[in-house]
Amino acid sequence: MPAPVLELRGVQRAYSMGDTTVRALDGVDLVIQKGEFVAVMGPSGSGKSTLLNLLGCLDRPDAGQYLLDGQDVATLHDDELSGIRSERLGFIFQSFNLIQSLDVLQNIGLPLVYGGCDPAEAAQRSRALAQRVGLGDRTGHRPMELSGGQQQRVAIARSLSNNPVIILADEPTGNLDTRTGDEIMALLRELHAEGRTIVMVTHEDDIAAKAQRVVTMRDGRVQHDTGIRA
Amino acid sequence: MKRFLRMARIGSEGLKLHPLRSLLTALGIIIGVGTVIYMLAVIEGRGAEIQERIKARGSNNIILRAKKPQDDTKASASRSREVVYGLTYEDARRIHDTFDAVDVLVPVRDVSGSVYSGDARCDTVVMATVPWYLEVSRGSLQHGRWFTDLEMTDASPVTVLGAELARTLFLWKDPVGLSVRVGSKVYGVIGVLESTVTSDERESIKRDRAAYIPLTTVRERFGERNVKTGSGSMDIERVELHEVLLRVKETQDVVPVADAVRTMLRRFHTNEDYEMDVPLALLEEAQRESGKAKQLFGSIAAISLLVGGIGIMNIMLASVTERTREIGIRRALGAMRSDITLQFLVETLILSVAGGAIGIIGGIAAAAIHEQVVDDSTTMVTAMSVVLAFGISALVGVLAGVYPAVRASGMDPIEALRHE
Ligand SMILES: Nc1ncnc2c1ncn2[C@@H]1O[C@H](COP(=O)(O)OP(=O)(O)O)[C@@H](O)[C@H]1O
Ligand SMILES: [Mg+2]
Repeated sequence: MPAPVLELRGVQRAYSMGDTTVRALDGVDLVIQKGEFVAVMGPSGSGKSTLLNLLGCLDRPDAGQYLLDGQDVATLHDDELSGIRSERLGFIFQSFNLIQSLDVLQNIGLPLVYGGCDPAEAAQRSRALAQRVGLGDRTGHRPMELSGGQQQRVAIARSLSNNPVIILADEPTGNLDTRTGDEIMALLRELHAEGRTIVMVTHEDDIAAKAQRVVTMRDGRVQHDTGIRA
Repeated sequence: MKRFLRMARIGSEGLKLHPLRSLLTALGIIIGVGTVIYMLAVIEGRGAEIQERIKARGSNNIILRAKKPQDDTKASASRSREVVYGLTYEDARRIHDTFDAVDVLVPVRDVSGSVYSGDARCDTVVMATVPWYLEVSRGSLQHGRWFTDLEMTDASPVTVLGAELARTLFLWKDPVGLSVRVGSKVYGVIGVLESTVTSDERESIKRDRAAYIPLTTVRERFGERNVKTGSGSMDIERVELHEVLLRVKETQDVVPVADAVRTMLRRFHTNEDYEMDVPLALLEEAQRESGKAKQLFGSIAAISLLVGGIGIMNIMLASVTERTREIGIRRALGAMRSDITLQFLVETLILSVAGGAIGIIGGIAAAAIHEQVVDDSTTMVTAMSVVLAFGISALVGVLAGVYPAVRASGMDPIEALRHE
């Protein structure tokens, strides 16, 4: 029995907008083991992004428990959460979220700046990652000069630079055409094959089909969980 | 420390992205610091100039000068009259006897006359004075010597020539050992003075063109009267002494002695027929004035720095808003709040310190231009003012940077990521 990396117990998260409160997460129980590739599906507004932000330690639950590697995130200080993000997590966003003023190499190396990595080593590692995602000849370009697919590759390379155990991707193919999306999925499967845990939000069935396990959300709850499929 | 340097690099890179905007943002600081440097340079320069001038006239000196009183006999039809005024031997003796603090006392009497050497002639002033004249006047001999006590007692016909007078009469010839004629009498030239360096130009010209003769000799040969012929009238003046120079032993006694001398003279002179010049008092006045000027310019500079600081803060706030998304990304990738604070704080600091540096250079340049453009002016950029300006710009940077930086680091990362 492998140890769970991510474990949610009765997690709630509500947003108050004026006098109405939106229960974005309304009692989520979820256990993800090390090395799983999980797709989170569900209609828009069902709480997928909220869930992912929570898993990514960008947010904290209002109620319930979130254990990351067995550690209760609620007890951690803001700086300690930053430390976790810097050391153990990698993020991939739907809108890429690259910093426009930095070139490809600098964007890839950004997590290393906060991880306290030596600049020379950071540059070397970033270059290797750029090569790995097929952008070895674009290291000096700005994000604006790249296509959507290329930008997402930069983002994937960035998510890998701190060599994280967990990769969290919020609709990574949402802004891409099918073919580019497939390329990105191939990359993610590669990362999974390396033993990393991947949680990916998507609303496309064929994308979700490439994951091991599909969790479906509805109204802030887990409606359906396929469990690990062969 | 390493982390600080890293954040500093991120901050400086942010600035390099918008060089023009950065420059404009720092403009307030540039102008403020430039003003501080420039104005202090002008004030200090003026102060140094005044000090120099005062030193040239002797900071321990008190100068008494005869002054013709306001003419209250204008209505008089008389075409020829005798006017008696000025300082007297009795005044000099009384000052000498009363004030122990007075070290040296030099009486001077001016007699106008023409000095000849062969055919060369110069209409000038003969200054009758004493053997220890040079002790107070701060003049020095080019060559030859000054007259001695013996020549004074004997009323010898000897003279020392001012530099300009010697040149006029003898061109480049050495006049020592030769002789000149004043009126009908012949005097042996025993010395030539150096050109005078006082910043009072009229005084310098007068001294450089004068012939100096022992007081006793002048009394014997010219009597006590001075005859001036004006347009159709003849004024006879009777002035015993035109100048009395006092040197006070201790600098701290100068002003009190000057006051006491003034009080004493007032008892014996019913009308204002003399004036007193105390270089040191001038110095104090100059210092008071430059203090006032510093205060005034200081407040102008403070206001422009305040405006500059607010300008920077304003731009930085705008920049923080504009870069909300970037802040969210950095936070998601592991930046701590303090990393973000540092990034923006350093950015502001670099901006204002660089602005300060440009301002310092600009201020120094302005001071140099001032010196070229304004006649007779010196400026002085002190290390003190540079350090001060630098410190001020750093302080403004920190003060203007703290609030935007705290705002940036206080953002919720999720909100920041959703921005736009
Ligand atoms: N910052 C927020 N403030 C208010 N409401 C929010 C906020 N974030 C999400 N919500 C609400 O919470 C619910 C779940 O949102 P989200 O997790 O983004 O859904 P999904 O990603 O599945 O589309 C939605 O109703 C959304 O409007
Ligand atoms: Mg979403």
